[in-house]
Amino acid sequence: MIRLLLRDLTLALRAGGGFGLGLGFFLILVTLVPFGVGPNSERLAAIAPGILWVGALLACLLSLDRIFALDYEDGSLDLLATAPVPLEGLVAMKALAHWITTGLPLVIAAPFLGVLLHLDTDAYRWLIITLLIGTPALSIIGAFGAAITVGLKRGGLLMSLLVLPLYIPTLIFGAEVVRRGARGFEVTTPLLMQAGITAGAIAMLPFAAAAAIRIALR
Amino acid sequence: MSILSVTDLSVARGGVPVLEGLNFSVASGQVLILRGPNGAGKTTLLRTLAGLQPALAGQVICAPDAVAYGAHADGLKSTLTAAENLTFWAGVYGQSGIDAALTAFDLNPLADRPAGNLSAGQKRRLGLARLLVTGRPVWVLDEPTVSLDTASVALFAAAVQAHLETGGAMIVATHIDLGLQAQVLDVTPFRADPKTATGAFDEAFL
Amino acid sequence: MASIWEWANPRKFMAWTDKALPVIAVAAAVLFVAGLVWGFFFVPDDYRQGATVKIFYIHVPSAMIAINAWLMMLVASLIWLVRRHHVSVLAAKAAAPIGLVMTLIALASGAIWGKPMWGTYWEWDPRLTSFLILFLFYAGYLALWEAIEDPDTAADLTSVLCLVGSVFAVLSRYAVNFWNQGLHQGASLSLDKQENVADVFWYPALVSLAGFVLLFIALVLLRTRTEVRARRLHAIEMRERVQG
Repeated sequence: MIRLLLRDLTLALRAGGGFGLGLGFFLILVTLVPFGVGPNSERLAAIAPGILWVGALLACLLSLDRIFALDYEDGSLDLLATAPVPLEGLVAMKALAHWITTGLPLVIAAPFLGVLLHLDTDAYRWLIITLLIGTPALSIIGAFGAAITVGLKRGGLLMSLLVLPLYIPTLIFGAEVVRRGARGFEVTTPLLMQAGITAGAIAMLPFAAAAAIRIALR
Repeated sequence: MSILSVTDLSVARGGVPVLEGLNFSVASGQVLILRGPNGAGKTTLLRTLAGLQPALAGQVICAPDAVAYGAHADGLKSTLTAAENLTFWAGVYGQSGIDAALTAFDLNPLADRPAGNLSAGQKRRLGLARLLVTGRPVWVLDEPTVSLDTASVALFAAAVQAHLETGGAMIVATHIDLGLQAQVLDVTPFRADPKTATGAFDEAFL
Repeated sequence: MASIWEWANPRKFMAWTDKALPVIAVAAAVLFVAGLVWGFFFVPDDYRQGATVKIFYIHVPSAMIAINAWLMMLVASLIWLVRRHHVSVLAAKAAAPIGLVMTLIALASGAIWGKPMWGTYWEWDPRLTSFLILFLFYAGYLALWEAIEDPDTAADLTSVLCLVGSVFAVLSRYAVNFWNQGLHQGASLSLDKQENVADVFWYPALVSLAGFVLLFIALVLLRTRTEVRARRLHAIEMRERVQG
């Protein structure tokens, strides 16, 4: 199992831009927003939690279609499916690798981009905490989406259509916590809800994704 | 003693039966060569034996974790070196030591080259070397000699011979003569008759 | 007594729907027209909402069908995954576009009703938002069907998506409720809360709802029959390709 993780991380490093691409996208997105809505710092501060969350979500989406598609194309997925590794474990490891290469850098970068958007001082810790809790859910949900579209022509586009609606609960609670944190309100409920969604997704979706891969390879 | 046997097996592709009524068994030290025209269903049969798709009818009797499958694609990562690719697969199968596999396919000089830089034949050799690090007794191979030159085919035949001598077996779809003692099974007579074949999912609609 | 599952055999399904469909279709048409005519022309205007209230007879039934169509798809997908009945999954496939259109009707009629009542076509009210999300789920489900060539693979993958999607649809519903408390009136049409609506409004609403339900059933049966035929055609083509 750990070898799968290491291999995926090595591949991401060697391919170049494995870490950078999502981050670059996130940066560009956050840079574009003030051009669209104007440089007024109060307005930016008001929408900052939402922009940062939506940006992180889209940046996550960007690298999702490679999770299984590359292995499918070069035949590794067939071979891995016949190897003594449970497919559920494979899915979990792939999602973890995706999180380490995409989700974690986003969590680290988000506070700096928060500065660009005049995010309220009180909100920074909540931004980091919710991204830390929420991005694993984005990765595992994305892995499910990638699994269900593996081997399809133009699967990437379809995957976005399937995955983005599944991101809604995580996005709502994540952005809500940051927004409430910025105003100094109580954040426990949405935070727990978000953590619950992440935990549930990690517990269930590897099975659904593995089932989807088995069907797709059949 | 057979390590893989098949009784009354029918296999389907896309809901349509392609082969039916297959019976054969392979004992350790034996090679079974599948022959038949393109599209006859050899790949479908091999994928069924490897457990990638369910049989339409009949049984495949085989110890769990006995089969190592080798497909048209080699499953190599172009940015990893040859040695890293092999080490990864060895690790997945819980084995260690890739030197024997590298030597068997004369890959030592290429061990540190990224797989993406290898020629088609060299990639194939690397893909076949993967079989040696699986530690599994039954090799199920689909056209393993594609893009191999004569010398490489001889290397492959020698590797198979060594595998057989240690109690392994091989089921292979190939059109060239490997110079091995082998049973040959022509799948053409087993082609499923669309009118009479039973068990297909689509049948209910006809 | 024969097993109820025999009804799901494609040939048997075609046979009984051939007889049942005209009856259901006629009943649907009668109730649908009767409910709407009664509702539109023979019900007094509401003292507060005026004539605008009458869109209720389209809005509420279509919204209920929109949700229940997804539930039906969920059940049908489960039956397919567990018992491998082709007609079941084809019925789920058949129901999806109808659910999609019902969602659109509910959204559109809601917007038309919302303009005079709330002064806006669209508000990010939890219910409106939930329906928009439901629309996205339907769209994704249909897109996946379209994208996969092999019918059995498509059936399996869309069923898995339907299952996972259902869980996330419920989650989204609660998340959206949490996110914004809305201005929608509470459930105005449910069997145990009929005191919300006076009898004059209530009876035509029931007729109209029955019309929508029958319309949905008739459309699903019709579309399922088409899907069964398309599937049969596919099977024949595949066989001929194998033979040739």
